[in-house]
Amino acid sequence: MFGPLIVKPEKSKGDKTGSWRIKVRPKYLQKNCIACKMCLLVCPENCIIGKEKNAFSTDYNFCKGCGLCAVVCPKADIEMVEEESLEDKKGMAK
Amino acid sequence: MKEFLEGSRAVAEIIKLCKPGVISAYPITPQTHIVEELAQMVANGELSSQFINVESEHSAASVVLGASATGVRTFTATSSQGLFYMGEVIFNIAGVRLPLVMTCANRAISAPINIWNDQQDSISLRDAGWIQLYAENVQESADFHLIGYRVSEDKSIMLPVMICMDGFILTHGIESVDMPKQAQVDKFLPAYKALYKLDPSEPLTMGILADPDYYMEARYAIHATFKDVLELLPKVSQEFSDIFGRDYKDLLVEEYFTKDAEKVIVAMGSVCGTIKEVVDELRAKGKKVGLLRIISYRPFPYARIYEALKNVSKVAILDKSVSLGAYAPLASEIKSVFSNKKKLPKVISSFVAGLGGRDITLESIREIFRKLNAKELVQEFIDLKPELLKEQYE
Repeated sequence: MFGPLIVKPEKSKGDKTGSWRIKVRPKYLQKNCIACKMCLLVCPENCIIGKEKNAFSTDYNFCKGCGLCAVVCPKADIEMVEEESLEDKKGMAK
Repeated sequence: MKEFLEGSRAVAEIIKLCKPGVISAYPITPQTHIVEELAQMVANGELSSQFINVESEHSAASVVLGASATGVRTFTATSSQGLFYMGEVIFNIAGVRLPLVMTCANRAISAPINIWNDQQDSISLRDAGWIQLYAENVQESADFHLIGYRVSEDKSIMLPVMICMDGFILTHGIESVDMPKQAQVDKFLPAYKALYKLDPSEPLTMGILADPDYYMEARYAIHATFKDVLELLPKVSQEFSDIFGRDYKDLLVEEYFTKDAEKVIVAMGSVCGTIKEVVDELRAKGKKVGLLRIISYRPFPYARIYEALKNVSKVAILDKSVSLGAYAPLASEIKSVFSNKKKLPKVISSFVAGLGGRDITLESIREIFRKLNAKELVQEFIDLKPELLKEQYE
C-alpha cells in the first residue's frame, strides 16, 4: 500500500489555499496603474496576473491577503478591503 | 560451491552477485570487513559499482537514499553508533519507500563504549519502517541479503531491509558457506526497475512536506504494507528454496523441537545456535525442551508466534538488548502475543543476557532452562556480576 508519496511539478496549483485569508484582501482599482509590476514582483504567492496598464488583478484562490502589493504600489492603485462574506473570502466562485 | 569464509567476506561476495549500482559506507567495527572487501572488489575491477567514500554514516545513508531515489540498486552497512548517526536518514529511507538492503553488524551502544556484540542497535531502530531479519549463522547472513533485495524491491512492498548479523560472532566467524552462482542469483533477483525515480526528463518530488491532511496516510500505508510482507516472506522463501535448495520455511520463525515441548526459549540471532546445542543435550536426557527462533522481527509475526507457543506450558524469552525502565523489547512483544487469548503458557519468564559481548555459554542457557519453572521471572539478568554493583560515589 502506498500513501501520498510522489509529487509531480505544479501540483501546488491544485491546492487552493486562498481560504487561509483572514479579514482583508487586495482590490485592484485599475485607474492609475503604470504596469511597473512591483506588485507582481513582491507577491509571496506569485498569484498576481497582468501585463498591461490597468489590467492587473490577483488570483483569490491563492492570495493570503498579506497586503504587500498595496504597500508597494507607487500609485496607491491597490486597496486592502474587508472580506465581504465567507463566500467572498474563499473567492473561488469565479 | 562450498567455501570456508569469514562472515563479512560471505556477505561481500553475495552483494557482489547482487550487482548494486552504488555502494556507500563508513567503516565501523565490526562492520568494517564487509565494506573493505567491497571497496577492494571495486578497486580490482571485479565489481562495476560506484563506491562512494563519505565522511560519516549520516552521509553514507544519505548517499544510498539519493542513489536509490534515482532508481538504482544500492547497498550500505553499519553498526552501533554508526546506525544511530544514520538515524534520521534511516526513517527517511523508509518514509520515501526506497528499497535497499543494509547490513547491521549488531554491536552494543555507548556508554560505556563497547565494540562487542549485543542487539541494542538495530532493536532501538525497530520503529523506523525497515524490515528486520536476524541471521543465526554465516550462511543465513549471506542468504538473507539476497532475500532482502527480492522482498525490498517487490512492487507491492518498496521498503528497506536491514539484515542483522551478530557482530564478531558472525561478521568475523569463519564457517563453511554454500555460495550461489551468478546465474542462480540473476534468476532469483532480476535487475531492479524503480516504480518512480528522480529523472530530470520527468521531474517529481519525493519526501515533500506533508501537512496534517496527508502525513497520517503516508505512515499508515507503511504499517499496512508490513502485513503484506508477512504474506510475501513465505512465498519468497519458497522461490529461494527452489533455486538454491536451502529451505527457510516461512522465514518468520524457526521452530526447533517446539511441537511437544514443555519448555521453550524464544530468542533471535546467533545465540540460537548455542540454544540448539543445549536443546539437543537436554532432549538426549529425555527433557521436553525446544527453541523458537524469531527471524522476522519487523514485521513481527504475532499469529505465527501464537501458533507455535500456545500449547507450551513454560516459555523463556531471551533478549540481547534492554528497554531501560521497561520489559526488554522481545519480552514485551512476546507477552503481548497472548493478550486476550484463550490458550497461553502458564509461565512466561524473561531473561536478559550477553549485553556488550558477554559470552552466552552453554551453561548460561542451561541456567535459563533451570530457572524456567513454576515461578515467573521478570527481566532476570543472566551472568550478572553483583560484585561490580557495589561501587559508591558519595
